Amino acid sequence: MPSPCLRPTAVTTKYALSRRSAGTGAIIIAYRSLITGPPPNITPTHHTHTTPTSTPLPQPVPLPTFSPPLSAFAQAPPQPHTQDGKPLYVPGGQAERAARAGRMSSPLRRGSHESWWSGSMGWFNAVAKTIPTYRVLDEEGHLVKGAELPELCYAERWYSCFRLPSRYRTMTLIPIVDNVLYQSQRQGRISFYMQCAGEEAATVGSSAAMLPGDEMFGQYREQAALLHRGFTLDALMSQCFGNVEDKGTKGRMMPVHYSSPELGFHTITSPLATQMPQAAGAAYALKLDEDRQGDCVICYFGDGAASEGDFHAALGMNSVLGGPCIWFCRNNGFAISTPIIDQYAGDGIASRGPAYGLDTIRVDGNDTLAVLSAVREARRRAVSGKKGVLVEAMTYRVGHHSTSDDSSMYRRVEEVKEWSVVDNPIHRFRAFLVSKKWWSEPEEKTLLAKHKAEVMRSFGRAEKLPKPKLGEMFNDVWGVGKGEEVPAVIMEQRAELGRLLKKYGDVWEPWRRERKRFVEEGEDVMDCDGRGS
Amino acid sequence: MNLYQAIRDALGTALASNPKAFVFGEDVQTGVFRCTTGLVDEFGKKRVFNTPLTEQGIAGFGIGLASVGASAIAEIQFGDYIFPAFDQLVNEAAKQRYASGGAYPLPGGSLTIRAPVGSVGHGGLYHSQSPEGFFLGAAGLKVIIPRSPIQAKGLLLAAIRDPNPVLVFEPKILYRAAVEEVPTDDYTLPIGQPDVVREGADLIVVSYGTPLHICHALKPPNPAPSIQLIDLRTISPMPFGALTEAVKKTGRMVVVHEAGKSGGVGNDLAGEVGRRAFEYLEAPIGLVSGWE
Repeated sequence: MPSPCLRPTAVTTKYALSRRSAGTGAIIIAYRSLITGPPPNITPTHHTHTTPTSTPLPQPVPLPTFSPPLSAFAQAPPQPHTQDGKPLYVPGGQAERAARAGRMSSPLRRGSHESWWSGSMGWFNAVAKTIPTYRVLDEEGHLVKGAELPELCYAERWYSCFRLPSRYRTMTLIPIVDNVLYQSQRQGRISFYMQCAGEEAATVGSSAAMLPGDEMFGQYREQAALLHRGFTLDALMSQCFGNVEDKGTKGRMMPVHYSSPELGFHTITSPLATQMPQAAGAAYALKLDEDRQGDCVICYFGDGAASEGDFHAALGMNSVLGGPCIWFCRNNGFAISTPIIDQYAGDGIASRGPAYGLDTIRVDGNDTLAVLSAVREARRRAVSGKKGVLVEAMTYRVGHHSTSDDSSMYRRVEEVKEWSVVDNPIHRFRAFLVSKKWWSEPEEKTLLAKHKAEVMRSFGRAEKLPKPKLGEMFNDVWGVGKGEEVPAVIMEQRAELGRLLKKYGDVWEPWRRERKRFVEEGEDVMDCDGRGS
Repeated sequence: MNLYQAIRDALGTALASNPKAFVFGEDVQTGVFRCTTGLVDEFGKKRVFNTPLTEQGIAGFGIGLASVGASAIAEIQFGDYIFPAFDQLVNEAAKQRYASGGAYPLPGGSLTIRAPVGSVGHGGLYHSQSPEGFFLGAAGLKVIIPRSPIQAKGLLLAAIRDPNPVLVFEPKILYRAAVEEVPTDDYTLPIGQPDVVREGADLIVVSYGTPLHICHALKPPNPAPSIQLIDLRTISPMPFGALTEAVKKTGRMVVVHEAGKSGGVGNDLAGEVGRRAFEYLEAPIGLVSGWE
């Protein structure tokens, strides 16, 4: 064992390695040095190495022996201090701060925010102690102290025309749609469904703050936003049945994967958070498109999706590159069965906004008016600043994740009941409307009866319609440019189906029955050259 | 022009001819391989810009630009690093048109992703890969690999104007390998058609990218068979029809590529062409590939 008082000394050993080169027969001698400590009498020097192929690097400048003049501190105005005496921010102009910060003023050492030197370790775990949640109405529909009602001009106009704010109309419609389609899945009439129960205020309130030219990127539980934007019940039902009137996805997608370019509603796809970098790209396009100044993107995602890499990619790109985009998080407490305590340990999703330099707000997602106000302001900030804004709406998923899920496996039924009774977004908004004398019990009954009739009529109609032509299955796999043909591989596969149908379509019972569900019963793919429809 | 200059020229042409075209990726303002160098001075930082270091973000951002009618030309700095973007490319870009009933991307929208691929001799595991085989199953996503400066410019411009998302894999060892008289005009070369580099009657050698040059330079033994050399150019959708017709004339075919044997272009090609031209073949279709 070495003595503790032993000075570290440099031990340099040279190994002479000799070997005979196979090709030339010459002896090659290589040296390898092992240095086990700093060389005793050599001062370090900077290498001034340049290569002919690259620009010479600047010569290193000797480290400055900087000490700030005391007068700089004496003249500084009194600074606001936190409880433990640390300054909250360093006042003064940028040049002054830079001078006082000394070498830290190098742009490579700074973030986008000013920092200051500190002699004590400044560990932190939050940018604010707790992030408050903005609300306008309490659980019973009363105005919260200090809160301002959003400008209800749109609502009042609706009220004068139809004696009803449109938001409430959609909010009361969606549970009926959900209920009918949920039950129809249970009866085997559609293959899949996802309810939005409990999140009506978050989706309708945010959609109501958007304007017709805006682009909307959904995750999958935003049917209320889509209906509020003008998607018809018939279109919605047709998508869920994948029938011939399903213009958006032509019967190719599972139920709830809506698509409506007319309403700026981008196609829902199943992978989570993939819509987010896309929304960042669309926002950037809007920012630079002279014809679309004033338009905005809204991108919905959930608390689970915020764990995906795409979430971080999107917020990072949007914050750096800009583009008007509202990042609207529906924090509904669950990602399928995973509760938020298993999803993140920080202060929700809102705490991540400042990390990306985004204006951020947390809002009571069950309060329609708070969501409306917050998203209107978010939209104003996004459009005027051509930048992203993060809104975290705190809500609760009352329904199961989807028809493939039974939530009683992982949460108490009483808990769900409590949410739907104590903090029901529809009841809350209705209580507010009633308190304003804009709504009454008989009107409610009439409206619900009308909704039910419309939903059942639309459901019955969509269920009876046939599926699109069978050949639609092969269209749009490849886009076809001007003067080009569809790639041969896909046409060959189409012809293969045609041949099989000719051979078995009438004699094999499963196919004979299945064919009848399609427009033209598969005749369209049975042409010989594999072309048609 | 050499190959990187031809790419630079094509990008400049694309940006000049479409005000809604954007070139972006990691370090594109500088241009690590010089393919994008100087474009920012010519077209400005709004249209030629660096992005944060996120491949999935770059791919998704491009899809979003294309969705609303812009022409997105993205760069992934190395093909080896394209895998974080795999989800966006395979699940989103490739399927977008089909999923939306043909509505998205909106008219004018297109996505092109460029990435340097292949070995140079000192790249190790993560600067040498040929990832094209992974994308064969993603119908809706075109994949092309050019062999020379003239080809690169024409195919890249065709890719940028193609309504489908296109992956352009550029063999990076060829960037400075050779110079050609590349037209400075705006021109395109057809995607989906193989190119006959040399005529021959006894054997077809199908290759693309770097090994095509090796095949071209090899001196066959004496007596020399007459070898037809074909540049595949388009990896997906693979032009099976043209190759089947060609092999019917020679009865023999060898596929040569740099990527490994499994799950790649060679076996896909050999299987499909072998099935279609079985009765014409004099020998099994050969495959010369990289080792795995």
